Amino acid sequence: MQIELRILRFDPERDAEPHEETYTVEGGPMDRVLDLLHKVKYEQDGTLTFRRSCAHGVCGSDAMLINGRNRLACKIRVDQLKGRRITVAPLPGLPVTKDLVVDMEGFFAKFRSVKPYLQPGDPDPERERRQSAEDRAKFDDTTKCILCAACTTSCPSFWAQPSYVGPAAIVNAHRFIFDSRDAAAEERLEILADRDGVWRCRTIFNCTDACPRGIHITQAILEVSSKIVEHHA
Amino acid sequence: MIREHDALIVGAGGAGLWAALELARAGVDAAVLTKLYPTRSHTGAAQGGVCAALGNQEEDHWEWHMFDTIKGGDYLVDQDAAEVLAREAIETVIELEHMGLPFNRTPDGKIDQRRFGGHTRNYGEGPVMRACFAADRTGHMILQTLYQQCVKHGVKFYDEYHVVDLMTEGGELGDGGRCAGVVAYRISDGELVAIKSKAVLLATGGFGRMFRVTSNAWSLTGDGVSLAYRHGVPMQDMEFYQFHPTGIVGIGILLSEAARGEGAYLLDNDGFRFMERYAPKLMELAPRDMVSRAIVQEIRAGRGINGKDYVYLDVRHLGRKKIDEKLPDITDFVRVYQGIEPYTDPIPIQPTAHYAMGGVPTNLLAQATRDAANTVVPGLYAAGEAACVSVHGANRLGTNSLVDLLVFGRRAGRQMAKDVRGVGMPDIAGDVMEPVRAELEAIRERPRGERKEAIRTDLADVMMDDAGVYRDAQGLERARATVEELRSRYANISVDDKGTVFNTDLLEARELGYLLDCAETMVAACINRTESRGAHSREDFPDRDDVNFLAHSLATKGADGAIALDYKPVTITKFQPKPRVY
Repeated sequence: MQIELRILRFDPERDAEPHEETYTVEGGPMDRVLDLLHKVKYEQDGTLTFRRSCAHGVCGSDAMLINGRNRLACKIRVDQLKGRRITVAPLPGLPVTKDLVVDMEGFFAKFRSVKPYLQPGDPDPERERRQSAEDRAKFDDTTKCILCAACTTSCPSFWAQPSYVGPAAIVNAHRFIFDSRDAAAEERLEILADRDGVWRCRTIFNCTDACPRGIHITQAILEVSSKIVEHHA
Repeated sequence: MIREHDALIVGAGGAGLWAALELARAGVDAAVLTKLYPTRSHTGAAQGGVCAALGNQEEDHWEWHMFDTIKGGDYLVDQDAAEVLAREAIETVIELEHMGLPFNRTPDGKIDQRRFGGHTRNYGEGPVMRACFAADRTGHMILQTLYQQCVKHGVKFYDEYHVVDLMTEGGELGDGGRCAGVVAYRISDGELVAIKSKAVLLATGGFGRMFRVTSNAWSLTGDGVSLAYRHGVPMQDMEFYQFHPTGIVGIGILLSEAARGEGAYLLDNDGFRFMERYAPKLMELAPRDMVSRAIVQEIRAGRGINGKDYVYLDVRHLGRKKIDEKLPDITDFVRVYQGIEPYTDPIPIQPTAHYAMGGVPTNLLAQATRDAANTVVPGLYAAGEAACVSVHGANRLGTNSLVDLLVFGRRAGRQMAKDVRGVGMPDIAGDVMEPVRAELEAIRERPRGERKEAIRTDLADVMMDDAGVYRDAQGLERARATVEELRSRYANISVDDKGTVFNTDLLEARELGYLLDCAETMVAACINRTESRGAHSREDFPDRDDVNFLAHSLATKGADGAIALDYKPVTITKFQPKPRVY
């Protein structure tokens, strides 16, 4: 069937403002939006620019705004979008480099700001540190994050206040705060108790809705908030 | 623009990141270049596990792992390298745990382990639980954990810098010259940057994108292997390319061997577990080359599902709990990409191009070598899939790619840290960027030529059809002629995007050139190897021929453009070649 793709485009070397361009491509219900973008790029207009790599939802390169929601282009099918018109735009709230490519530097800087690495309090033993299956389960969900930025850039609090550390960074802090092997929870809780930390979350659930990995992000943020309250009590 | 670092790492997958970590710990001024962001690297797509003889579930020994690796590789494995792999697997996995990797756990809190194809107890008696895992996203957790450690240690990254050339000093790398750094293309604005260095590690991964059906990311175009080759370094063992048995039909997305490790079946159209015909002892857990051939045989015999070109992978009997706990990602892939519910329906699968056993030849210290005498190329290193050390021989065992990149990524970093201490920064000529600038501009400026996509799909078709699971002289000759023709068409490609900002049109054209280099040597090495061994299966030469071919191939390009093939002996220490039955 014929599918109409309306893509928000911007080339800083040619355009003063972003503008929409419409392409018609042949596609089937099981095609993913990434397949359609490739058809445009390879058959019609090689200047169309987007990031992609693994093409099956694990590398996090191709998050973009598809029919008004943040999705991975490689993980959303035509039949899930209902209808033959699909709109595609870059992730909201980040500077646009070109077409569907946004500047990720600020996003990764926020990730780094929460000290996203294990800081054990004791010297490494000869064999593995022991951890019960129950303790591991406490942070299993947040280990799934692929840093695609779909969550952070779907968050109205982030749009309103770009200095907000954002859901993705909190998810990655959660992954260590709740790891029984880590001893630096306090340090991270201090960082996230800051005015640009967890309190900017208004539990709107956009992040949870946007996550292509199905992480219960809002719940993770609430678990971190509770831990901060507990810590200050 | 010209910069310098004592050590440079090209590629930010598992091998590159671990090497970077070693250099950072040693206080060496090092930097990592990646054409993606580090966490986008394809190590993150690895699923099932990483083998190490920890013995957490049952008795196991590194000698057994070593033996399995050698037998799995159909005795083309260098046995000193397999010994390093199997021994150091244990300490690297433990170190990963110390870095924070969230492995699944046994009831007593140790790292959990499960079965994987070709990994056995007591030299082949039956399957052993050796694969350490984090659900079915082990590679994701390795990549994340190593990147986290790099953040902790303040590793310098050049994100979205596409390496487009190697710099040399004192002649080409094949003639005794030294690697002097890299030329990189900054994707954000198209600026070329020359970065001088005393030690360059190629950790650029494989080249699965030369095939139509592949598990590989779009980024896997053989960049490092090709660049070294263009400067005279051979490509080793290119004829050995692994087809993973269980890819999603048509699109090739991988469904981990962990499914079979947990007990999944492979079924033909009659619902029969057909591996009984091919490997009665190990059944579905036979090595990948054998299972892929078995699937093709079943399809040829008309026993594919409804006579079509696929068979079933069946996980239904594992139950929802096990599926959800041990295989959540791959069952999600099946739902998203096939629209099938694996709790209740069998999954259509077919072999998918997966892994290059060959690559840049290296010694045990990850130093690149340039001839049959293993002469070291000063300043050049390789690790991970881009390298051929050779621990995989003619066929890699499942999980051993992760073991390889951990063990030899670590070794590369340590060796580079040692080697850079004794040498000075290379001198490079001022016009060092001009050749590659001219090549890129020729493509960018050409007003009207052929679209690269037609060439890429023609390449992918011929490699899949004529240099795939089965090969013969006629098909390979057709592949050789086609690749040669594609090369002349490639000389006339043009791109739509003439800009400097984030020009992926131009970079994909560059990548296609790398793929053509890899395809050309693969076909040449396939034609010359008139035997069947591991993943190289010649229908016209069905037997292994140890008299003539117990040897690694080395392909180099002569000044006249012709490919020259040389051979070097396999290192055999503990295990004499035997017939390979499972």
